[in-house]
Amino acid sequence: MKAAWKEKAIRLILFATASTSILIVIGIFVFVGKEAGQFAIKPGLKELLGSRWMPVSFQKESFGLLPLITGSLLVTALATLITIPFGIGAAVYISELARPTEREILKPFIEVLASIPSVVIGFFGLVVLVPLIKSSFGLSTGLTALAGAVLLALMAIPTVVSISEDAIRSVPVSYKAASLALGASKMETIWKVTVPAALPGIVAAIMLGIGRVIGETMAVMMVTGNAAVITASPFDSVRTMTATIAAEMGEVAFGSTHYRALFCVGIVLLLATFGLNIIAQKFLKKYRMG
Amino acid sequence: MPVEILLELKRKRIIGEKIKMNEKAEKITRKIFFSAVTFVIGLMLISGCSRHEDSTGSEQRFITIKGSDTMVHLASSWAETFMTQNPDIEISVTGGGSGTGIAALLNGTTDICAASRKIKNKELELALQKNIHPHEIAVAKDGIAVVVHPDNPVKELTLEHLSKIFTDKSFRWSDVGGANEEILVLSRESSSGTYVFFQEMVLKKQDFMQNAKLMPATSAIIQSVSTDKLAIGYVGLGYALAAKDKVKIIAVKADDNSPAVMPSDQTVKTGQYPIARPLFMYLNGEPQGTVKKFTDFCLSAAGQAVVTDTGYVTIR
Repeated sequence: MKAAWKEKAIRLILFATASTSILIVIGIFVFVGKEAGQFAIKPGLKELLGSRWMPVSFQKESFGLLPLITGSLLVTALATLITIPFGIGAAVYISELARPTEREILKPFIEVLASIPSVVIGFFGLVVLVPLIKSSFGLSTGLTALAGAVLLALMAIPTVVSISEDAIRSVPVSYKAASLALGASKMETIWKVTVPAALPGIVAAIMLGIGRVIGETMAVMMVTGNAAVITASPFDSVRTMTATIAAEMGEVAFGSTHYRALFCVGIVLLLATFGLNIIAQKFLKKYRMG
Repeated sequence: MPVEILLELKRKRIIGEKIKMNEKAEKITRKIFFSAVTFVIGLMLISGCSRHEDSTGSEQRFITIKGSDTMVHLASSWAETFMTQNPDIEISVTGGGSGTGIAALLNGTTDICAASRKIKNKELELALQKNIHPHEIAVAKDGIAVVVHPDNPVKELTLEHLSKIFTDKSFRWSDVGGANEEILVLSRESSSGTYVFFQEMVLKKQDFMQNAKLMPATSAIIQSVSTDKLAIGYVGLGYALAAKDKVKIIAVKADDNSPAVMPSDQTVKTGQYPIARPLFMYLNGEPQGTVKKFTDFCLSAAGQAVVTDTGYVTIR
């Protein structure tokens, strides 16, 4: 009797801890939405479509989100371009080609990369990477979208590697056996059989990597120069949504239009990461079924 | 079919390995889970304990100061000196920015707000709605220095030049006697009190150009200016003097006919150097009791000596 009661209590506590995160997600949406909603009423959502972000001004405050969204997109796209070859290459090597001892060394080191605090990565970027980019491309400054993208790629690669590696490893051995039996070489088997079979998992890994990248703040803020301009060049300075919130929230007058505009930026960011995660989950499910 | 048997064996080994890994992972997860729970409970306990009772009047023994990041160092130096003289009083100092400090004052969660800018009209309206009457005390002065790369030939600039440099994209170094190159404009973030002050005082309330790079911290500006030959930026006087060997400080002229003035304690205090600002403390109503004792101390000779020690300029 007593044991059953105890079990029930433990069950209840565990259920509570498990459902807390759902409550928190809902809570975040409600509270962020509340402040952003007030922006929609007062200056109106049209204000957000402008191409000028100038929240502190004696002339006219503008809250156009376009430069921030394009800034985030540019940095994220560049980071993804860098992450994909490195991430998949490393995953293929570790899961298919590496000797056991190599794997023992490579995996922990790649995972350590994921645990470095982003401020430290940002500091490394500011002192090492920014001057390097400046001198190797002959720019007047290295504070560019490219610098941010390289740092973000560093942070996304561990996620992509460990999930892709998992996906590649769970490809049934019979596929490879069949390919080898038909006379395909090891490389042909890897690129034409194993990797395509693991593709949904790899895509999910990339999506989760991008999810991490788009929400990253500190490192990007330190190296991208944060000028709110619309550009497609990796050698221009950009201002990301995360950096904007982090930089401006501290000093903004509570309850002002600017304050609410920052919550609107937060909503856009939240929806973007939310969407990416849902897509990633879909792909992950597909490869677990298959 | 020896190949298949081999593969079969291999698969079994892999599966075995996986099961072992799973057990390990489970153990680790359990450990992480328990330490996380302990941590959260610990946090709750700490936050519960630190809630102190606010008492008003002369018996108040606990003062909180919140606000400008620029002033954190100054305010905590004041607090330390004050607490050694009055061991029964405790003062806690936190930063977060002038806006955060004023918000805290409005919400009644701080006794004193440190601000590197004047309170805005909007904030004043909000305060009156909440029946709070901000009382302003100027406690020190801070000069803002304009810095460039040490190799830059430009030595002095007028306020008008500076205004053009920070607002006009087509303005080049050759327009002020330098090389025929673009100017790399560095600014603080718009959240910084220094940003607003520079905008008001030097740009005459015009907007910064959109290409200006907004740096998250003063140290980032110093770092960039010391490595980028075409860069120009502005930082607090204390920081500029500390980094004198890495960057060049520009002498500023109020207009074409006035003399170029280098920023220093003396020139900021006398008002010869044109880019200087007062630093404030805001209270709710006239200072009383312990808070008054503290603000009086800040303005006293001993308090102003602390100002000089921390790299700011005295108000008197």
